[in-house]
Amino acid sequence: MARFEYAPAPESRAVVSLRSSYGLYVDGEFVEPLEGKSFKTINPASEEVLAEVALAGAGDVERAVAAARRAQREVWGPMPGAERAKYLFRVARIIQERARELAVLESLDNGKPIRESRDVDVPLAAAHFFYYAGWADKLDYAGFGPSPRPLGIAGQIIPWNFPLLMAAWKLAPALATGNTCILKPAETTPLSALVLAEIFQQAELPPGVINVLTGDGSTGAALVARRDLDKVAFTGSTEVGKAIQRELAGTRTRVSLELGGKAANIVFEDAPFSQAIEGIVNGIFFNQGHVCCAGSRLLVQESVAEAVLEALKRRLGTLRLGDPLDKNTDIGAINSERQLDKIVELAASGEREGAERWSPSCSIPERGYWFPPTIFTGVAPSQRIAREEIFGPVLSVLTFRTPDEAVQKANNTTYGLSAGVWTEKGSRILWMADRLRAGVVWANTFNRFDPTSPFGGYGESGFGREGGRHGLEEYLDA
Amino acid sequence: MLEGRLAVNKTYKLYIAGAFPRSESGRSYPVRTADGTHLANAALASRKDVREAVAAARAAQPKWARATAYNRGQILYRIAEMLEERSAQFAEQVARCEGLAGTEAVLVVSASVDRLVYYAGWSDKVAQVAGAANPVAGPYFNFSLPGPTGVIGIIAPPDSSLLGLVSVLAPVIVTGNTAVVLASEERPLPAVTFAEVLATSDVPGGVVNLLTGRLAELAPVLAAHRDVDGLDLCGVAEQDAAALERAAADNVKRVLRAERSPEWEHRPSPRRMLHFVEIKTVWHPIGA
Repeated sequence: MARFEYAPAPESRAVVSLRSSYGLYVDGEFVEPLEGKSFKTINPASEEVLAEVALAGAGDVERAVAAARRAQREVWGPMPGAERAKYLFRVARIIQERARELAVLESLDNGKPIRESRDVDVPLAAAHFFYYAGWADKLDYAGFGPSPRPLGIAGQIIPWNFPLLMAAWKLAPALATGNTCILKPAETTPLSALVLAEIFQQAELPPGVINVLTGDGSTGAALVARRDLDKVAFTGSTEVGKAIQRELAGTRTRVSLELGGKAANIVFEDAPFSQAIEGIVNGIFFNQGHVCCAGSRLLVQESVAEAVLEALKRRLGTLRLGDPLDKNTDIGAINSERQLDKIVELAASGEREGAERWSPSCSIPERGYWFPPTIFTGVAPSQRIAREEIFGPVLSVLTFRTPDEAVQKANNTTYGLSAGVWTEKGSRILWMADRLRAGVVWANTFNRFDPTSPFGGYGESGFGREGGRHGLEEYLDA
Repeated sequence: MLEGRLAVNKTYKLYIAGAFPRSESGRSYPVRTADGTHLANAALASRKDVREAVAAARAAQPKWARATAYNRGQILYRIAEMLEERSAQFAEQVARCEGLAGTEAVLVVSASVDRLVYYAGWSDKVAQVAGAANPVAGPYFNFSLPGPTGVIGIIAPPDSSLLGLVSVLAPVIVTGNTAVVLASEERPLPAVTFAEVLATSDVPGGVVNLLTGRLAELAPVLAAHRDVDGLDLCGVAEQDAAALERAAADNVKRVLRAERSPEWEHRPSPRRMLHFVEIKTVWHPIGA
């Protein structure tokens, strides 16, 4: 097959004006952290320092909680839903207006391809605000009884894989229902949340309704350890999720957790072949595999395993790894050195435990954190690469013979966030969807998201749903 | 009663996998009336009995979940029928265990029957109320349905030995979950007799498993069990809740926290039922 070379097609960075340092966003203003600590956030594709960011400590948490509490009681809670709605519609509109800036910033700070930040993260973030804005004055009809009340103040801790989008997932339903928020962005990706804070200023949101505390794990821990928040919403690792559940045991704080996954992507012999190949690629290599619902276990029916693998390898050979700001890039940078180390370690365990490793030949940039798309075949269900969440561009391939065996293998995990099913047989799709212990089942598609569509898992993938009417319940006292 | 005839007393046992075994530990404990009179010896379940009960609940869960909603509704209604028929027996037992006047106990039993009828009716409505077709922005059909969480551990209310029990059990099983119930420690007898109702109401074995014994011994095992998906702490004293919730976090159980003096005679809401369902969302492309 002829190969065409691509000329570089870089997106301009000029649309982003980074400040050299950022404070915390508390009570409607950017303020210096009380303890004066800060940390650097870098571009994982180049290791260039992007900005110095404030590290919030317990005193800053105190200030933010006080501001959020006052804003909830005096302003945001009593405000008519129709007025809250208009603020959120404003936020959605400003995100749309500043879409390109946010996309470039997200790719700089996170390492994800601009194609994804531009076409997925930012538009979906705006859509979430737009969707939940409309709920704010219709909560009586949401099915949670008459006049459901807000919980109060919510501490929201979000991960680095979709920084802006996860902020939107958390903030939009909380605000629509009359809660106020303290958002703690991930240590390695704080910048888009800070621009979001500027957007809240532009939208003239009342002070204290949203507070953004940048920092590391200690900041999140300080927020949760107060035990006086009305709500804690967390997206991140199962390990930290369990720690939060333990910390809040015996309190009245409501908790929702969106944790890890090890999704099965199940391909039957009658699957639409080329769509399935694209779906497998999208399932595990979207966002460098930094996706909790990634289709990281490919279960392929034995009769087509060879053909699927051959086509998959051919397709991987065409993926382009490199500069996240290049519009032709498919695979960007791994978000951090720590995450890269984890992926390297788990991939090494796969080889050690006897699975066969394969990657297409691709050149790896000299600076930054990178990992080539990787497939393991001959994977046994007991191996670490079949059980542990790798959170990187690594696919473990297993085979099955019957639908029953596919279900049994797919459900053989402590997680239960998502699953994929590829078959042209409608009755089998519904049969599989019924039996798979997964909160989201993608049939003949994968990694689709929408503000109207509830998202969340079974088992150790956490509890609670985000998105849709169901997402309101997590923030209502009903 | 005939003059001089000795009554034949019932042995109160556990209810596991549709059978009535004694505790594997061979132990029992005395149960007394509200004013201290000895009523019977109840089985003192062990940690191993908890594990057996969880295994039975897990084994029964897939089939119960896949019974049609109509079928589950009829079975819950059948439980109500069987309870109604034995009202007099339950009224007497509840009166003795809870120290209620006879008329009060009759009301408690009637309310328990009505509670079962209430939840029986939910079986084929919950998916319509809690489910949705979601208008996603793209060429996909997308729907969400509530499904059972799996195996639920229930610590039944300590005071309300029948109405409280029914009020926490029915919302769990109506959606296709199976249950391991720790009965009221001090007032376990109505629960054991209720298990006899379950056993004669077409409830498949293992769907409800009921243990009597010491909460301090059994609850931590149930809370920490890795094959239990959810935990209803209704009957737990406030000071004991934190430790059980911490244990439940080991496998991220869904926990329904202890309530302060719930009033069981009030009309329930679907809240308890919806706490132990998982919303599953399915996407499929639309195309010609």
